[in-house]
Amino acid sequence: MANQAKPEITETPAQLTEFYRQMLLIRHFEEKCNQIYRTGKAGGYLHVYIGMEATAVGWISCLKIGWDYVITAYRDHAQPILMGSDPVALMAEIMGRQGGTSRGKGGSMHLYDIEKGFFGGWGIVGGHVPLGAGLALGSKYKGEDRVTLCFLGDGASNAGVFFETLNMAALWDLPVVFIIENNEFAMGTRLEYHAADTELHKRGYPFGMKHERVDGMDLIQVRRDAKRIIDEVRETQKPMLIEVMNYRFSGHGAADNDRQLYRTKEEEELNMKRDPIARLEKILEDMKIMNREKMEAIDEEIQAQVEEIYEKADASPHPEKHEVYDHVYSDMEPEKGH
Amino acid sequence: MAVATENTKTYREAIRETLIEEMEKNPNVFLMGEDIGRYQGTFRVTQGLFDKFKESRVLDTPISEPGIVGMAIGAAMVGLRPVVEMMTMSFSILALDQIINHAAKIHYMTGGQATVPLIVRGPGGAANQLSAQHSHSMEGWYAHCPGLKVVAPSTPMCVQGLLRQALVDQNPVIFTENPGLYGVKGELSSDPDFKIPFGKARIAREGKDLSLIAYSRMVHVCLAVAEELAKQGIDVEVVDVRSLLPLDTETIYNSVRKTHRAVVVYEDWKSGGFGSEIAARIGEDCFDDLDAPVGRVGGLNVPMPYSRVLELECIPNEADVLAAVQKIG
Repeated sequence: MANQAKPEITETPAQLTEFYRQMLLIRHFEEKCNQIYRTGKAGGYLHVYIGMEATAVGWISCLKIGWDYVITAYRDHAQPILMGSDPVALMAEIMGRQGGTSRGKGGSMHLYDIEKGFFGGWGIVGGHVPLGAGLALGSKYKGEDRVTLCFLGDGASNAGVFFETLNMAALWDLPVVFIIENNEFAMGTRLEYHAADTELHKRGYPFGMKHERVDGMDLIQVRRDAKRIIDEVRETQKPMLIEVMNYRFSGHGAADNDRQLYRTKEEEELNMKRDPIARLEKILEDMKIMNREKMEAIDEEIQAQVEEIYEKADASPHPEKHEVYDHVYSDMEPEKGH
Repeated sequence: MAVATENTKTYREAIRETLIEEMEKNPNVFLMGEDIGRYQGTFRVTQGLFDKFKESRVLDTPISEPGIVGMAIGAAMVGLRPVVEMMTMSFSILALDQIINHAAKIHYMTGGQATVPLIVRGPGGAANQLSAQHSHSMEGWYAHCPGLKVVAPSTPMCVQGLLRQALVDQNPVIFTENPGLYGVKGELSSDPDFKIPFGKARIAREGKDLSLIAYSRMVHVCLAVAEELAKQGIDVEVVDVRSLLPLDTETIYNSVRKTHRAVVVYEDWKSGGFGSEIAARIGEDCFDDLDAPVGRVGGLNVPMPYSRVLELECIPNEADVLAAVQKIG
């Protein structure tokens, strides 16, 4: 890790409280998603962010929301929540409803909020990585100082197009941070079974790209690294490859209910002791920002908020059948009929 | 023969000049591709553009087709207008995931939030002994995919009108050229507002006895056949489809309803090529107007061989079309 010493906390109590609420919102939102998947209210593939909250909260909190760009793969619920998207519209999309962000055309893997700078939400592993560099090419072409965060998984870092993109991003000095979220598993394949060298950040080296491995579980440390790296990329307008070490507490997707095929219960329990939310709670307590009672009250409040999000999303109707033809093209209808 | 004027240009020049004209008008238009800049383009389509527009707008890329198209998609999503050259359309097979699984789906998957004004252009079809891996006709593969628009111009003026349209369209456009047409000359329009809307076929030659329906280079083969048949007193109509997706079935059907006989001619593999789609539609919608089954002439269902003799055997020629015409009487 770049910095093993405990980082000094410079965040204000109000900021820490807000980050705590954000992490709880993601945690409970995702738990609700898992639940509605089991009850059949959501279908397809659905991948939750439980256990990885500090990574998204830390990095997104260092961006200029509404100016910078974010793109990620299919584990995509947390980023738009943090960027200010309407959580009801996100939940409605996950449920395939008319009130969803894509009016039910995208689903869990394809959430977008282009106005806020969130560019999805992609289902082909590694396929979105060049798009992320393309967003950065766009801002550079126009002479803007935006930074693009391109999240991908450790599994995606084996895709050919990932290497092509690193080369081009370095060749053309594009202001993009490639963030490999190394949660140690490419679906059900453990890191050491899919990567010849398990230090994935080193993949930036052959392209002359700055690269490092950082922590993704301790929010304070995540924010230190994120701010430093985002500032540097904005300043230098050059790409960086960052490997963020985190761990997903849940299965790969909501349909993955046999995690013992690829990891032991003991390993999971050990890792769950690294829970980013519990860590922040300890900080809040140590700094006397709030006591356990207050935390429980906030937790209950957020759970109620998620229930309300769900209820509102569930009240949104299913799309009308004729909508199947909308948005194939921006300016014409596709041919109709079977 | 028409007299050449200063507006007589080759197919290649029509592409180049239309790109220049639009790049001068719209600073968001830029080019990406392998060897398109300093090397001036493998088929010289982009000759001179690097000097004129500099490296910020004419990007020489690494040989990374998925990466190139993916980056172009990202740039298009934030308001730029990339024009990607595939050195040959055969290489676009490497980028199929980006074109089909990304570009074509984005407007839909985002519920209309994002548009992808992207052009992927380049030569498709057989050239001259480029053999099995460089001779693909890709237009039928792309025309299968909703969300794309696919055009295949046959003349310099079609190039001018369709490329101008592609350069203002908000959707991903596959612009298929044909290596055998780059040197073909024709008149360009002098009207600065001239454009050809997508989904409008062209009657390349009027006739009343038989409809030959084709696109790209096969239009020229059909026109030659029409001249030949005219000597025998058979008056052939040639329909230049030019836009595969969207497809102008109305013009095709009107022609068939007039002539009552149709042969569809396409360079792609005969089996499952886009001509099969056209033939199926005529059969489905114009059955009562037909005096004979719809004929098809397509490329041989084999990989493209290297030998010139064998290559010419694969590509439909005038004799093949004449034989198909004779077959339907």
